[in-house]
Amino acid sequence: MDKSSIGQHISQQFNIELEEIRSRVLAMGGLVEEQIANAIKSLIDADVNLAQAVIENDINVNAAEVAIDEECSHVIARRQPAASDLRLIVAVIKTITDLERIGDQAERIARMGMHLAELERPKNNYIEIQAVGERVRQMVHKALDAFARMDIGTAIEVAEDDLSVDQEYDGIMRQALTFMMEDPRSITRMLDVMWTARAIERIGDHAKNISEYVIYLVKGKDVRHTSLEQIQKQLKSD
Amino acid sequence: MSNQTLTHGIRLDALSRSSNKMYLKNEKICLRANDLRLFYGEKQALKNINLDIPEKRVSAFIGPSGCGKSTLLRCFNRMNDLVDNCRIEGSIDLYEQDIFAKGVDVAELRRRVGMVFQKPNPFPKTIYENVAYGLRLQGVKSRRQLDEVVEKSLKGAALWDEVKDRLHDSALGLSGGQQQRLVIARAIAIEPEVLLLDEPASALDPISTLKIEELINKLKTDYTIVIVTHNMQQAARVSDFTAFMYMGELIEFNDTDTIFTNPQQKQTEDYITGRYG
Repeated sequence: MDKSSIGQHISQQFNIELEEIRSRVLAMGGLVEEQIANAIKSLIDADVNLAQAVIENDINVNAAEVAIDEECSHVIARRQPAASDLRLIVAVIKTITDLERIGDQAERIARMGMHLAELERPKNNYIEIQAVGERVRQMVHKALDAFARMDIGTAIEVAEDDLSVDQEYDGIMRQALTFMMEDPRSITRMLDVMWTARAIERIGDHAKNISEYVIYLVKGKDVRHTSLEQIQKQLKSD
Repeated sequence: MSNQTLTHGIRLDALSRSSNKMYLKNEKICLRANDLRLFYGEKQALKNINLDIPEKRVSAFIGPSGCGKSTLLRCFNRMNDLVDNCRIEGSIDLYEQDIFAKGVDVAELRRRVGMVFQKPNPFPKTIYENVAYGLRLQGVKSRRQLDEVVEKSLKGAALWDEVKDRLHDSALGLSGGQQQRLVIARAIAIEPEVLLLDEPASALDPISTLKIEELINKLKTDYTIVIVTHNMQQAARVSDFTAFMYMGELIEFNDTDTIFTNPQQKQTEDYITGRYG
């Protein structure tokens, strides 16, 4: 399946419905991306107001999930989609679940940001959080881009990126442990840093999930719970 | 996954991927079309069809009007013999016996390969006589034997409970859905091996349609079933394997799950998703 094929149904109304769902998913994705960026920014800038805005905005992410789910149910009930249309609906239903969870993680980061704003700042001002946070925001962006363009290559890049995010996460954890051992007074702060890193790492996993749904959508292959090498091998075998 | 049991008595294998997906290569073949070509006069209606119909499964033919699916269905019991100007090349094997070979008894072939049409066509006789008709033709006279077969066939066609008290009323008094099940009872009374169904539910209301579909599901334990349908959802519901035909060609034949979730040919995809071909 490719992007242009949504608009080729004999039923114009069906084209409109699918296009509507697709653009709503992208809008929800845009919102989620913004939530990540603002959550990280609020943490780095110790901006309590921005963090509060992120927390309040999560309600819109949740509402988007409910609305898109409902539209998908309508399409299933009324159109009995098959083949690539069916895969599109299944992929959308799963994608928005992951987007909603990403939203929850962004909210969590914002809460950590509010805690940390009240504590002493480290010299590097959490640069490692900023770096890995920006990386996962880009992963989400790429996963949505792969979905929008139905592009397998971009989807695979997201899966690759997830590996290095996991490594960075391990690095942050080790560093936090070292700080805590050196100076027990830092434990409170470092626990927040660890929770934040954990939330960011989870966002990377969700972005990878979305990219796997893109592969399912385009190729009809379910590549969840398989290694990157296996995915690449499977896709090559076509 | 093994049969390992979790603490709450949930068996792990109940959670693993369902394995009821069917594979053509695992099936015993009942009917086989070899390079089948069919012409109506100059016009070629079937182009080099190669197809294996698995035994005791439901195979559905789908495709737009005029694609040749009914024509192909009719080849399996040589109904096309009755059409003027119809010429067939290639062969069809029923359990590896060529049905077009010299010396094949066509009446016997049609006993083994029964057919049900779109419009129910009961004879203007009683319900009982409709079902007993084939046996009477075969010379069966024993009242007891006839009674037994009529009851068994009507039960097999899921009609017995509705008609057992009026077996000697006219069949024409039945509803359309009942008539169609009566015709199926008539077809299975002579114990065929294959049932060809040509749009068996397209003239019926949704409830009667579901009853026919339920019946098809029940019949496949005893018969090989081939069904032509315009209703794709019906093909998806009742069949194990689906063939998509287009302009006299067999485009794709595969297990129904694959056809409806991930067809391999673009033409199939376009047709089942309602896109411009």
